[in-house]
Amino acid sequence: MKLTFPALFGRIAFSALATIIGIIFALPLLWFLFAPFNARAELGLALPDPWTLANFMTVFGNSFAMQALWNSFIQAVGGVILVGAAATLAAYALSRSSIPGKGAVTYILLLFSSVVSGSAAMVPIFLIVSSMGLMDTHLAVILTFAGGLLPTAMFILRDFIDGIPKSYEESAMVAGASPVQAFFDVALPVIRPGIVVIVVWSFVNIWGSFLIPFILLRSSANMPAAVAIYSFYSEAGTPVVTLLAAYSLIYSLPVVALYLFVSWRFGFRFFGGIKA
Amino acid sequence: MTTETIQTSPRRKGRNFALLSSRAGAAFLTPAGILVSLFVIVPFFWVIFVSFTNRTLLGRTALNPEFVGLANYLALFDPATFFQRGQFGFSLILTTQFVLASALIGQALLGLLLAWLIQTVPPTVKRITETFVIAAWILPEVVIGFAWFAFLDRDAGTLNMILTSIGFPPGDYLLDSPFWVIVVFNTWRGAAFSMMLFNSAFSSIPPSYFQAADVAGASSWQKFRDIGLPLIRGHIVTDLILITMWTFNTFTPFLLTNGGPSYRTELVSIYNYRVAFQDFQFGKGAAVGVIMMLINLAFALVYLSIGRKKKAPKT
Repeated sequence: MKLTFPALFGRIAFSALATIIGIIFALPLLWFLFAPFNARAELGLALPDPWTLANFMTVFGNSFAMQALWNSFIQAVGGVILVGAAATLAAYALSRSSIPGKGAVTYILLLFSSVVSGSAAMVPIFLIVSSMGLMDTHLAVILTFAGGLLPTAMFILRDFIDGIPKSYEESAMVAGASPVQAFFDVALPVIRPGIVVIVVWSFVNIWGSFLIPFILLRSSANMPAAVAIYSFYSEAGTPVVTLLAAYSLIYSLPVVALYLFVSWRFGFRFFGGIKA
Repeated sequence: MTTETIQTSPRRKGRNFALLSSRAGAAFLTPAGILVSLFVIVPFFWVIFVSFTNRTLLGRTALNPEFVGLANYLALFDPATFFQRGQFGFSLILTTQFVLASALIGQALLGLLLAWLIQTVPPTVKRITETFVIAAWILPEVVIGFAWFAFLDRDAGTLNMILTSIGFPPGDYLLDSPFWVIVVFNTWRGAAFSMMLFNSAFSSIPPSYFQAADVAGASSWQKFRDIGLPLIRGHIVTDLILITMWTFNTFTPFLLTNGGPSYRTELVSIYNYRVAFQDFQFGKGAAVGVIMMLINLAFALVYLSIGRKKKAPKT
């Protein structure tokens, strides 16, 4: 199609505007892209001269920082396993069984999960965890996140399972499989892409969250990276900027990698977002 | 629930073959049921209960809290201090302004503009712009908080570097206009969601609509106003409710400002944290939590009722 002059002009103006907005979005992140590789990085933006990986070596040599990354990993993986397993079983039951009131259960879950947010429920969550004697443990963080993420996970997964024809399991059961066999051997492989989405989604959520571990954990031995970084720059007086920058980049990598994985594997369609 | 039965019952009757017995179904639901009850449903009722006590984090009333009736609520809504800085009313009004400015105006409008722009720009521009907008949204909040902390630094920050290089005086924004800092911050942080939602909404409009408008010689603005906007009205409502709820509950600005200076960025979520975990007044903090949940409830009910209406014509 031939472009008229105003249309061409409009297209250029649109591109320019989109680029400017893109640059504005990039500005706060530029520092974060360059400082990790700059041996003398300060809060100012500067191109590294020379480029160096020394800051990363400092992070790898800092046992507290590495411990915190490991803690993040334990908590995120623990939470993901719980969310993935419990959500799969529950979503399958909500989609395939004949329990009365399935619709009501889904509705109530959605309602409660949007009403009870971490920032509104911090007091009761703290009290529940402390009355269970789980204060300052990985398990406290894992269970709290699992409970909070499950309703949405179940909802997404139920939608997914509803879209799968029942004939798969039906034919397995006609051939003599028990319902549980039909679930594990027939349904589970078909549901797997949905589970992957849930797993990635909950990992990103737990990995990046600050408030829950900030409230439930006290000792530095259990702190995940989110809380550790925060204590680096809020309590250290003069923050060690080079360390912080390199650490922030390492800490962000899993999230970026998972995002790229989802957008490569599934085209990053709109699953209600990858984030809560 | 009703749509559910209508949808599935004819099939069931025809085959009479439930895939999962009620007992197996109940067993499958148990693990999730326990976790959700314990960390979502119990907190909802527990917070109401605690809000009527003088429970504290430390000291005598930590173990033996007394029932104090509405005292916590009366303290929160005390007209003598309600609007003072650092009091509940102040943070409630601050949060309302924050939601209006950063979510309803900032995120929604910027997201809408971006979604419309990237429909027409060349793929390279689209990809680069999208990458940074989405990066702002997916990176962990602590990292984003620190990046902005560096960005805004008075002496060396990128923002002042740019401003001074084009002839403006440098400023200490975290100190002088902290509220606008967190408004811009939250707009920047969350615009990706609206952009993606509107983008998928625009993409679902049949291209022939726009082609017909092109033939008729419509400008981009006319196409936006007369075709794009009316056809995504439902998505706009969904978007506004969701980003309002998220922004109302967000705790992330705490990472940038700690609620200060002198309570000027103390959103209700941060107020709740300070009252409960820094002043150790759990009863009062619980009362704040109850009010937050009531506000969430109002939004959630609107959201769910719209979602149901949208589903109804399909079945």
